[in-house]
Amino acid sequence: MFPPHFDYHRASSIDDALDVLERHRDDDPRILAGGHSLLPDLKNGRASPDVLVDIGEIDGLRGIESGVDVESDTDHGTGQTAIGALTTYADVLESDHLERHAPVLTDATRVLADLQIRNRGTVGGNLTAAEPGADLPAAALAADATIHVRGPDGERTIDAGEFLGADGSESALGERELVTEIRVPPSPTGGYAKKTHPASGYAMVGVAAVLEIDTETIADARVAATGVLEHAVRLTAVEDALVGERVDEAIETAAERAGETIDPADARSDDHASGEFRVHLLSTYAAQALERAMEVDA
Amino acid sequence: MTTHDIELTVNETEVELTVDSRTLLVHALREDLDYTGPKVGCESSKCGACTVELDGDAVKSCTVLAVQADGASVRTVEGFADGDDLHPIQQQFSAEHGLQCGYCTPGMVTTTKHLLESNPDPTREEIRTALKGNICRCTGYQNVVNAVESAAAALAAGEGESAPDDVELQTDYPTPGED
Ligand SMILES: Cc1cc2nc3c(=O)[nH]c(=O)nc-3n(C[C@H](O)[C@H](O)[C@H](O)COP(=O)(O)OP(=O)(O)OC[C@H]3O[C@@H](n4cnc5c(N)ncnc54)[C@H](O)[C@@H]3O)c2cc1C
Ligand code: FES
Ligand code: FES
Repeated sequence: MFPPHFDYHRASSIDDALDVLERHRDDDPRILAGGHSLLPDLKNGRASPDVLVDIGEIDGLRGIESGVDVESDTDHGTGQTAIGALTTYADVLESDHLERHAPVLTDATRVLADLQIRNRGTVGGNLTAAEPGADLPAAALAADATIHVRGPDGERTIDAGEFLGADGSESALGERELVTEIRVPPSPTGGYAKKTHPASGYAMVGVAAVLEIDTETIADARVAATGVLEHAVRLTAVEDALVGERVDEAIETAAERAGETIDPADARSDDHASGEFRVHLLSTYAAQALERAMEVDA
Repeated sequence: MTTHDIELTVNETEVELTVDSRTLLVHALREDLDYTGPKVGCESSKCGACTVELDGDAVKSCTVLAVQADGASVRTVEGFADGDDLHPIQQQFSAEHGLQCGYCTPGMVTTTKHLLESNPDPTREEIRTALKGNICRCTGYQNVVNAVESAAAALAAGEGESAPDDVELQTDYPTPGED
């Protein structure tokens, strides 16, 4: 399987990347990051751009930074943590800070693909490709992430829900816009559970959960699923059933409601699993994600 | 069609070559540079036979463009042995019968090196998780996991030193059908 012919440009900076994208605006230019969605797409004909703009060597786009002391154990301040778009999954797993600040992202990354792919694939690429069974879109929704982008009209920030088209609409990312970083507020309690497709490694169904707990009571809950629809989606019925309840009592009954807001007729259905089965799996994995979220509550 | 002049350091040797934009790293290594250690199994990032070390990280070289690797260091399985002395990981794959046809082995060995560098004493479960992206059609994985465990022990005991169970490679196998 060979990719088709294309021109390749390696960008030296964000400005350079935006320049090349602008110059080649009529050549269907595509940004190349880790390449682990785009190269497969080129090989099997799902994408055939004339120009690839490789952002892989722009160092400023890689890394995890926070306004709080990464070294200290008491970093649950109000500062957001910024994850550069080019940060690889392996980088995510190496960050103790991120594991304390937004464990839902770490938990989802741990079960993402395999070791070699985790060395290459990037957080920005994952959220932009937002493949139907990808793990990070659900985690980003649960983490209440915002996506920072730069494009022909300058900089802007996009809420994860809009960026991922979580309500079924198109992604809010514009043409020739480049994701620079992903920001997450502190959410010390979070977990992810996934029914892994045995061959592809993607999620047949994956659920990410973040809870805010105030003296044994759930003050806020963000629960999102991947794999079940073409896009990641919030499981609002579960969220509603959790808020205001006691932690030790609410999980099971709330998780049972996971399928309530999704019509099996809308769910993804393929040779591996019917839409009905995917919706059926949601409750089990929602319960597991919530249990995991409780475990990491320090 | 555009071509690019690129520089790679492969197994500590600097090379210059000209590649198409679309040439995959695994093909540049095998066809242009004659490093046939990395194998082409699925060409779609699923089997791990093409795994090489790129700037120190195990990656699937069928899912990296050669031009993306311009300026990088690559280590293929050919770069593991020290002359005739196999790397301890290779020795243990041999000693534990962690291979049969050997097609997956260069990738297995490369991923194993990456695992043991970050986790020198992995559990069997951790070994299986780390090797998830390396598919073997022959061994059933049991001996592969044994080999990685033994390699971890050998490396902990002192890399480079000949371990007591140093492998004698048998080459005088009887011809099938002859006694
Ligand atoms: C065999 C296999 C198994 C996999 N299993 C999983 C899995 O279990 N879970 C999972 O979540 N994923 C899985 N993936 C997908 C993998 O995680 C990809 O790495 C990821 O989806 C894309 O990230 P990338 O950096 O490789 O992006 P690329 O492939 O380089 O790019 C993907 C898309 O995003 C665009 N893009 C990339 N970066 C930016 C940016 N900064 N700004 C704007 N646009 C950008 C590109 O133009 C392209 O359209 C798997 C992939 C393979 C090949
Ligand atoms: S040939 Fe690269 S993963 Fe199979
Ligand atoms: S030894 Fe034959 S594929 Fe692994």
